[in-house]
Amino acid sequence: MTDIPMDTMVRAAAHPRRDIGLKARYAAERRFRIYGGLAISVGLAFLAIMLITIVSKGYTAFWQTTVTLPINFDAKMIDPSNKRATDPSVLIKANYPKLAESALIAKLGIDPSNKPMVMKLKGFLSEGARVQLRDIVAADPSVIGTTRDVNILAAANLDSAFKGQIDLSVEEARRKVSDQQIAWMNKLKADGVMAEHFNTGLFSYGASSRPETSGMGVAIIGSFYMMVIVLLLALPIGVAASIYLEEFAKKNRLTDLIEVNINNLAAVPSIVFGLLGLAVFINFLGMPRSAAFVGGLVLTLMTLPTIIIATRAALAAVPPSIRSAALGLGASKMQMVFHHILPLAAPGILTGTIIGLARALGETAPLLLIGMVAFVADYPTTPFDPATALPVQIYMWANEAERAFVERMSGAIIILLVFLMAMNITAIVLRRRFERRW
Amino acid sequence: MNIMTEQSLENAVGDKMNAKSNEVIKMRGDKVGVFYGDKQALFDVNLDVRLNQVTALIGPSGCGKSTFLRCLNRMNDTIDSARVTGKITLDEEDIYDKNIDVVELRARVGMVFQKPNPFPKSIYENVAYGPRIHGLAKRKADMDQIVESSLKKAAIWNEVKDRLQEPGTGLSGGQQQRLCIARAIAVSPEVILMDEPCSALDPIATARVEELIDELRQNYTIVIVTHSMQQAARVSQRTAMFHLGYLVEEGATDKMFTNPDDKRTQDYITGRFG
Repeated sequence: MTDIPMDTMVRAAAHPRRDIGLKARYAAERRFRIYGGLAISVGLAFLAIMLITIVSKGYTAFWQTTVTLPINFDAKMIDPSNKRATDPSVLIKANYPKLAESALIAKLGIDPSNKPMVMKLKGFLSEGARVQLRDIVAADPSVIGTTRDVNILAAANLDSAFKGQIDLSVEEARRKVSDQQIAWMNKLKADGVMAEHFNTGLFSYGASSRPETSGMGVAIIGSFYMMVIVLLLALPIGVAASIYLEEFAKKNRLTDLIEVNINNLAAVPSIVFGLLGLAVFINFLGMPRSAAFVGGLVLTLMTLPTIIIATRAALAAVPPSIRSAALGLGASKMQMVFHHILPLAAPGILTGTIIGLARALGETAPLLLIGMVAFVADYPTTPFDPATALPVQIYMWANEAERAFVERMSGAIIILLVFLMAMNITAIVLRRRFERRW
Repeated sequence: MNIMTEQSLENAVGDKMNAKSNEVIKMRGDKVGVFYGDKQALFDVNLDVRLNQVTALIGPSGCGKSTFLRCLNRMNDTIDSARVTGKITLDEEDIYDKNIDVVELRARVGMVFQKPNPFPKSIYENVAYGPRIHGLAKRKADMDQIVESSLKKAAIWNEVKDRLQEPGTGLSGGQQQRLCIARAIAVSPEVILMDEPCSALDPIATARVEELIDELRQNYTIVIVTHSMQQAARVSQRTAMFHLGYLVEEGATDKMFTNPDDKRTQDYITGRFG
């Protein structure tokens, strides 16, 4: 290039600017961003309100007030006529609450003959003390005649009072704890006898009319059985159906119809599946009511469409080049699917399955219809025994009036949410980790 | 089986490779037509593929050359709407006959695709997969032998011998394509079909694959679809020109590129359309 002085070069005249509506376009974009931000913040705000409410109401459910008392397993009280060698039922029927009461009377220094004072102690300790002490004796009869420290559950109202949930400014007659009981409570607290412990009972107890001895043990087992049944049935059936539809079935009217119907099934309200389960499994096939097995079958029906849709999407996402490569080498269709397509689709299938399971775990309506909303105090040993489920337990506690039940309900919601979050996070992690790019 | 048609004899005269007396017809298409649903994509194609020669299929996009190639190992079977008419023979056997198993056919007629498509598995597994499903190696040592010789034949052994357990998808595009060729060779096919094997490769990788094709010709019969006139001229002994679903002209590559009979071939080769 030779040097050409700038001034000798012909300058291009500035091209007239056109109005191409830039201002309006940018304004539209700004507005859209604001709408989006607003929509997300409203959603987040409600989520935050929900979580804060539940956690603030429910975290206390994980703590339970107990009174540590030196219980004297007095042979005269438990077995006055000394028949326990011949009649073991004596140990079952013994008046255990009396043992706890006497220990408490001694601890508080009340004169046992002062009947009015003793009467005021009523409702201080949980009726659950009977089971607590009976289980100790049943496990080890040699404890009779000795004294041992036991953490006796405080009654629900005292538990609430101890946690500061009862408004003491209300006049005495209108609250559930008397001034005398409050005074005793403070004394025991000062002595370090009455204290809060982690509430293992929330996870282990079954249904009970007393909040302090009710827990989600049965519901957790019931939900666990159902998840296992759903996994064992829905995953293989769903994956097999998807493979057939996606890889083997001819694309024609019939398969189109099946596809439309699967998509429709995924949108069917869950209560309809409950009715179906009631009609088919219980009324027609005569399966037991309230059983986790039937619940699992109903949830399987409900989860199948979700799994099929997710699996088909995962199979379809495997690039055709992999199929061609396998077929071009002389792999049979079956070998192509099982050696190449399925392993590549597995993360997607797993993700879909976990999301389907999470949905099934939180499902309540169909379980109500097949009778899983029941008062079940004992652990179900098989899936055919009566059981409840986590969301149903929440529903049942929500129907209780007592404040301690409301607390437990919120605690149960926290537990259910933790399960669901764990499952969804697993799904996300799986998807991230095994995501492939071709 | 040494069948020579009049036409092939005639063509052989202009073929500088005619010193070789192996003008054996390995595969033959007889009035091959292909329909996708109601639409006909290929019309009455009569084309011979000669043993140990490279046959190039050329023509503008959508002319049916890939469709024809895919008929040769029945890959069109995988498309529900596709229907093939006419007759295609491999060693005089009709490959669309009911008695022919498509899996066995594809073990005899291998394929290399346009886009390198190694399995997302190790290099070793990529090559070993074909022999394994066909039960070609009884012991691990046999399999190692097959893998090594296939990778050597595909001229990629030296580049990958130290990392056989690494994923095949981690190789460069050209290496991936040679891996795919090794994978096809590992099954010991008689014919290798290549569908624009270099279209996704850079010129250096293309040159390597072209060299490879020329070497492979000694042992295999190759049919290659290509968009590159130069490539067809470089690697093939015979060329077939397709246009709008018809076979326009077929003959020795030298003749096709210097003195084609059909004006369309002339125009296409000189770049007047396509």
